[in-house]
Amino acid sequence: MQASNLVLKLKSVAITALVMLGIALFAYELPDILDKKVLSPEQHLTTVIWVGSVYSLFALGYALVFSILGVLNLSHSAVFMWGGYIGVMSVIRYDVPIYYTLPLAMLGGGIIGVLVDLIAFAPLRRRNAPRISQLISSLGASAVLVNLAQLEFGTSPERFPRTTLKELPYEATVARPYTIDWLGAEFRITPLQVSIVVIAFALMLLLQYLVARTKTGKAMRVVAFNQKVAGLLSISVGGIFRLTFFLAGALAGAAGVLYALAYPSLTPFTGDEMALKGLTVIVLGGLGSIRGAVLGGLLVAAFEVYATAIGYSWLKDALPFVALFLILLFRPQGLLGEATVKRA
Amino acid sequence: MRSKNLLFVFVLIATLALPLGAMAQDDGERPLIGAWDTCADPVSLSGEVKIGVAFAQSEAAAIYGVPQQQAVELAIAEINESGYLGEATLVAVTEDAGSTPETAISAFTNLVAEDVSAIIGPTLSNQAMAADPVAFGTERQESGDPLIPVVGVSNTRTGMETDFAASYGDGGAYFRRISLPESKVIPGTVEQVVDILGIETVGIMYSDNDQFTASAYEVFVSALEESGVEIVATETFATGDVDFTAQLTNIIAANPDAIVVSALAAEIVPLLEQARSQLGYTGPIIGGNGFNTPGIASEDRGAGTDANGVVVGGAWNVARQNEISTAFTAKYEEEYGTPADQFAVQAYTGTWVVATAIRCADSADPAAVLEALAATADFETPLGTFSFDEEGLPEHEPVAQIIKDGQYLLLTEESAAEVFGE
Repeated sequence: MQASNLVLKLKSVAITALVMLGIALFAYELPDILDKKVLSPEQHLTTVIWVGSVYSLFALGYALVFSILGVLNLSHSAVFMWGGYIGVMSVIRYDVPIYYTLPLAMLGGGIIGVLVDLIAFAPLRRRNAPRISQLISSLGASAVLVNLAQLEFGTSPERFPRTTLKELPYEATVARPYTIDWLGAEFRITPLQVSIVVIAFALMLLLQYLVARTKTGKAMRVVAFNQKVAGLLSISVGGIFRLTFFLAGALAGAAGVLYALAYPSLTPFTGDEMALKGLTVIVLGGLGSIRGAVLGGLLVAAFEVYATAIGYSWLKDALPFVALFLILLFRPQGLLGEATVKRA
Repeated sequence: MRSKNLLFVFVLIATLALPLGAMAQDDGERPLIGAWDTCADPVSLSGEVKIGVAFAQSEAAAIYGVPQQQAVELAIAEINESGYLGEATLVAVTEDAGSTPETAISAFTNLVAEDVSAIIGPTLSNQAMAADPVAFGTERQESGDPLIPVVGVSNTRTGMETDFAASYGDGGAYFRRISLPESKVIPGTVEQVVDILGIETVGIMYSDNDQFTASAYEVFVSALEESGVEIVATETFATGDVDFTAQLTNIIAANPDAIVVSALAAEIVPLLEQARSQLGYTGPIIGGNGFNTPGIASEDRGAGTDANGVVVGGAWNVARQNEISTAFTAKYEEEYGTPADQFAVQAYTGTWVVATAIRCADSADPAAVLEALAATADFETPLGTFSFDEEGLPEHEPVAQIIKDGQYLLLTEESAAEVFGE
């Protein structure tokens, strides 16, 4: 048991390392092979990392709910969009200092997540409805959330007012970017980009810690393994489900705020654009795998950025799906996913 | 005796009335605008001549629609005071076209029921695509009612004329517009920009899944080629994208003198911030019509100072005035307390163009008005010398502008130096 665990761990580390190496190689070598000149690869790599970290953080919510409940929560993208709006609107309407928007959106996202569970999932679970019904029901919840946002905020793009962004340290984004000259590689990066990457990875590590190292995490894993067993161990299964939805919602809320900080155009449909990317991310990385979601996020961003970098910007949106197709053919469980053991 | 008396009275009245009538025509001060000499004073017109006016008076587009409505009212007052239509009075039948296609359709439905000679409006291009056919589309054609000319004063979508012609045959010719489509703005603008900024190379970015930005891209390419500018990089993106850093990185690395962007308003703000704040690009960014939304340079909701150095073509700029527009803007500000913008100037021009068509046709019949409208040529307006070309598209000299701290300045060597600090 211990040994096979170690093998698994080594394997996932090896795959991660291989993929990361691939991304880096792609940045420098493949363009030469394709005889396409890539101008400023370092700048492209910067983009991959910071865009990828937002993708990963967003996709984690899918992975979390899937790993515990075994069902995709398709309203996750709508919670993400609401997280963005909670952040932006609290600043625009109530002059909330920009620092508080992240915890506020995480709390708001978490509450919406729990509400989605109570309204769209719990009643179906109680009736032992098949998982496909829960999937459809979450799709409905998503439509309701998007429409509510449309009613409340309208459809023209919203953003964190530039004046409030200036409150951030180092005059992030609005200031000129820092030019970094590192080992002869020159690229530009803004403090805001760095903050987004740091916050995203910190939240991902925190979640990994929570699931792997804490008592609650253990309870979550037991519920994921078998709800009946969890019941016998007097773990509150309903409580764990709600906690899972709260955590996933909070992650969505955080990703929403980071997204709104990164891009000045939040609309009620922002979530829809992200949904497809997020699903690609978790299937690429391995459904239900936290590390897989992180890797998948970077990969999708890498495909998008490098398609453009080598001069095929028109292929940008298609390339992640080509990769998805190949992975499904050769490694259906995803890069870091474990082969599914059919449960009784 | 009786008859002699009667005759005397008649002659007396006639002699008195003649100068009175003549005086009535020169009652108000004759405005600078108008085809006073090219078309004789109308003799057949009398009573009320009705035109429909349908602008956005509510919801989002009201920021454009309200000045449009005010400008039309000002023009109509001038037209009637000066006796431009002889004995007849021009009357505006006004409907609120709202900001959506649906509200515009209901406004147009009400207007055509009023037997108007022409309709001015609506504010937005997508409203026009939906509502204009109420006046000349298939249903109207089949009903046997006269088709009514529609004059757009702020519809800038490229290809509206050909779209209407394809859908409604000859009825499509009843659509006319004062506002220049991109196909007319871009070539004139590029010529001025290349000349003033001394541009030799550009990189182009455009949204390739939107027909309007894609067609504007083609117009840009041919205009740039005509001006002898080399295109050193071309990148595409999709409408709805928010991250353009990869494309911008490529373009900036190709080191062009300027970046040309054909995008819709929603993509412009992130694109500008990424180019300036994230990637540190400081050169000129030449934009299509999407950049004509004042919101993009707003310090709070738009790209703020990141929009500095954006060069965009427009129909009119407060810094490039002729005597007609100077007179209009002064009068407008006096009347409404706010300075006139491009939308007001275009609406004012549109109203005078329609009135001129009615005067020259000497008829309120919609078909006769259309014929005179189509013949509009070399008409002096606040926008400059205005004509319809052989394809029915509006023509006047566009104006190249540069954005600085939220203001659209006239592009000159001085204003460019001010922005780029050279």
